[in-house]
Formats: sequence, C-alpha cells, structure tokens
Amino acid sequence: MLRFERVGKRYPGGRDALSDISFELPAGAMAFLTGHSGAGKSTLLKLIAAIERPSRGALIVGGVNVARLPARRIPALRRRIGLIFQDHQLLPDRTVFDNVALPLVIAGYRRRELARRVRAALDKVGLLDKERVYPQTLSGGEQQRVGIARAVVHRPPLLLADEPTGNLDPDLSRDIMNLFCAFNQVGVTVLIATHDLALIERLPYPRLVLRQGRLVDNPLAVS
Amino acid sequence: MSTPLPLLERLRAWAAHHAYVFFSSLGRLCRQPLSSALTIAVLAVALALPAGFGLLLTNVRHFAGDWQGAGRLTVYLRPEARRDQAEALAAALRDDARIASVTLIDKDQALAEFKRASGFGAALDALPDNPLPHALVLEPAPTAAADPAALEALRDALTARPEVELVQLDLDWLQRLLALLDLAQRGVRLIGVLLGLAVLLIVGNTIRLDIQARADEIRVTKLIGATDAFIRRPFLYTGFWYGLFGALGAAAVLAAAWWLLRAPLGRLLALYTGLPEPLGPDAALLGRLLALGIGQGIAGAALAVGRHLKAIEPR
Repeated sequence: MLRFERVGKRYPGGRDALSDISFELPAGAMAFLTGHSGAGKSTLLKLIAAIERPSRGALIVGGVNVARLPARRIPALRRRIGLIFQDHQLLPDRTVFDNVALPLVIAGYRRRELARRVRAALDKVGLLDKERVYPQTLSGGEQQRVGIARAVVHRPPLLLADEPTGNLDPDLSRDIMNLFCAFNQVGVTVLIATHDLALIERLPYPRLVLRQGRLVDNPLAVS
Repeated sequence: MSTPLPLLERLRAWAAHHAYVFFSSLGRLCRQPLSSALTIAVLAVALALPAGFGLLLTNVRHFAGDWQGAGRLTVYLRPEARRDQAEALAAALRDDARIASVTLIDKDQALAEFKRASGFGAALDALPDNPLPHALVLEPAPTAAADPAALEALRDALTARPEVELVQLDLDWLQRLLALLDLAQRGVRLIGVLLGLAVLLIVGNTIRLDIQARADEIRVTKLIGATDAFIRRPFLYTGFWYGLFGALGAAAVLAAAWWLLRAPLGRLLALYTGLPEPLGPDAALLGRLLALGIGQGIAGAALAVGRHLKAIEPR
C-alpha cells in the first residue's frame, strides 16, 4: 500500500527534514510513527498526501509514485487517503453533517447515498446526535471524532493521522486509538504519527522511530 | 473500500452539484446584503453609463437620419432674371429625375416675408427696389439625397446656367454633424471599453477578497481531494450573479432615467415638426446589458480565481 524508497526531503536553505527513508507498509497493516517533535513525522505524512514533495527517492502509494505525480492527479490521490490532523481542520461555518459530507460532495455522491454514509460515519464515532450543530460548540475530543468521521466517510483504503490525540486527555485518547484499531480491523491501512508513547505502549503494532529526519528504528524495512 | 462511481451517476452528481453551487453562491451573496448591494450598485452604474450614452447617441443618429434627406438645394437666380425665366427653369427641373420637388420663391414674396420676420421693415422700405432675386428650392429625389457626390454634380450643373447666380447646397452642416457623431460614437465606445474593464476589475477584486476570506476552506477542501474545477465553481457562479444583478440594476437605472426624461423630451421634440419618436431602452438593450454584465462578471471571477487560487495550498 505504502512504500518509501530512499526518500529525502530538503527544504530551501539546505535543511534536511528527512533523509534516506525506506520502509514498506503492506495493505491492511497498521503502524505508528514516533519521535520527538521536529523529528520529521509531519513531513513524512505530508509527503504521502503530496502536501509536500520529496527531493529524492520514490514514494509509492497504492501503486502510484507520488514523487512524480503531476499536480492535476493530486486530487485523485487525496481522495484515496483519509487525513486526520491534530487541529481537526474542520470548517467552522458548516454543521457537523456538512463537514463530514464534504469528501462525498467532492466525490460526487448524491443526496440520499451521501446522507446514509455520513450518518454511518458519525455513528461509528458516536456523534450521530450532533449532526446539526457547528464544530465550535463541541469539545476537543468530539471535534477530533468529527475529523475522523470526515476522514473515513468515503472509505479510503489508507488512513493517515498526525498527532490525533495531541490535545486530548488519556481516556479520550484511548477512545480515539480504539477507533483507529477498529478501522484497521476492517481492512484499512493506518499510519499514525504520535509522540504519546504511553498511549501506544500496549498496542501490538510496529513502530517507526524518527530522529532528526532519519529512521533509527525500522521494523518495516524493505528486505 | 471506496469504489469509483459509474459514469452516469457521476454526471448526475456533477449536474446536481452545479445546481447546488448555483443557488448556494446566490445564498452567500444574500447573507452579506450590504456589501453585495454596494458592489452591485457600482456595477450597475458602470454598466448604465455607456449604455445610456449609447442610447443618447442612437437617438441623435435616429433624428439625423431623418434629416438625411435634407440635402436640399437653393438656387438663387441673377437679380435681373425675370419671373418667367424662373418659371421656365422650375419647369425644366421638375422633369429632372434627380429632383423630387421644386418650389419657386418669388422675390416680392421673399421680401415681404423677410420684412415680417426680420423686423427691418422700415430700412427695407428705404431701398429703391427689391434687392432679392427669385429663388428655387429643390428637394432631391431620395436616391440622389443619399449620395453627396450626385448632389454636388447637380449643384455644379445648375451653377453653370447663365440665369443662375448661386446654388447653395445645405450639405455641409449635415456632414459636420455626421462627423461629430462619428467622433462621439468613438468616444462612447472608448468609455464603454473602459467601464467594461472597470466591471471586470470590480468583480475580480470582490472575488479576490472572497477567496482570501475563504482561504481556510479552500485549503481544507484541497486536502480532502477537491479538484481545481470544484473549488473554482462557487466563485465563477458568484461572478455570474454579480454580473446578472449589475446588468439588471443598470437596466433599472436606464428605465428610471428614461421615465424621468421622457416627458420633457417629448415637449422639446414637439417644438420641431416631423421628428420621429425618440427611442427608449428596449429588450435588445437589456439583452446586450445582460450579455455584457454576465460575461464580464464571469471573466472577472475567472481572472481572480486563476491568479489567486494557486497561491492557496495546504501546508
């Protein structure tokens, strides 16, 4: 599903955010990406969604080399990825329902099928009763769950989460993590960047460890 | 797993999304009534001005066109020419195909009229005899009237006759008027082009501000996989609505101006005989306003979207 081949990212000015990253995450797998802040976790996720472009190497997502993807193909790539951010990135002037529906509107779903899927996604994250409210009226944990519902509503094969529990207390964080595990169990490939080692300690998934832009612990190394 | 939708389904959804954006962009304008109304008012004025000038010019041409046939010739005979010579010439000219009618103005009759109209009665009485000659007023036939060269040839032929002193062709003022109208028309076109450009820039700038206000939304929708066309759509429809309402506003301005000016204009025209009815704003003008307004609205939006959308990328 996801393969990095000697990927490097150098920002203008010469700073190397990532160097020589190689690993493979098979379809249906789940893994954590850890490291201190500034180690390059966010950059790595951004490369996958083509928010940033690699300076070197090949980055294969679902059989497509994102490193060479022309700009007009980027929307199609992003539709096959569910993205979850620490700061939710919800639209404040739209209801929870409309926020979650956005990927389906973009993909061209019609009203009835769209409503059915939005409600299924909200049900999964336990917010079915909040579909008419606006995001600001929700707690941080609830907003994060709306973000997750939006990321999974169009059933993408790959889910990327950047510090999804960054602002949440331990109980809420566990709830969120359990959600990701549940998605993985139905076949979604999941990659989660987090620095919360206590939270993921007991979870049986491989951990990629980044330090200063390099993978120092790599259980997913390409053989 | 997500599966691509069938083509027909996608087409239906595409049309449905167009319809949705069509109305939601209108709704967005209505939610900011004051700023939308101000923008539309500016557009209406910018569209109404060249349309109004154009209408004015069309009317002047309309009246001038009616005077086109006024390329009339006045033939003054020599002072010593007698009345029967004048009648003979008039009879000869009536047979000329280039001439529609001939009116003989007898010199005594002309003097009497001049005394009455000029107020120089006493001074003229002091003259030993009538200084005025017999004169013929010729109305050219329509074919000749439309052709200044033919009129000039006719004038030269008449001047060559021994009993004719002078032939005056009342063509110069008409030519000057037409030249002036040509100039005015160019001026109006220039104003039209400039104000059309203003409409483009006004809409473009309004849409630019709109894009900046919605930068976060654009970023998020790009992250979720929206195509450029999807993101452009609401802004292009907003440009469409601005253009449409601007054009309707301009039509309202013109209609109001017409309603205000019509009565005094009618009184003025009543003082001149034989003038045609003035031309007011009509359906064709409304159609041109709508085409121009909507076209410039969409073009302005496209300009702004093309320039500013690329700058907003997810970080």
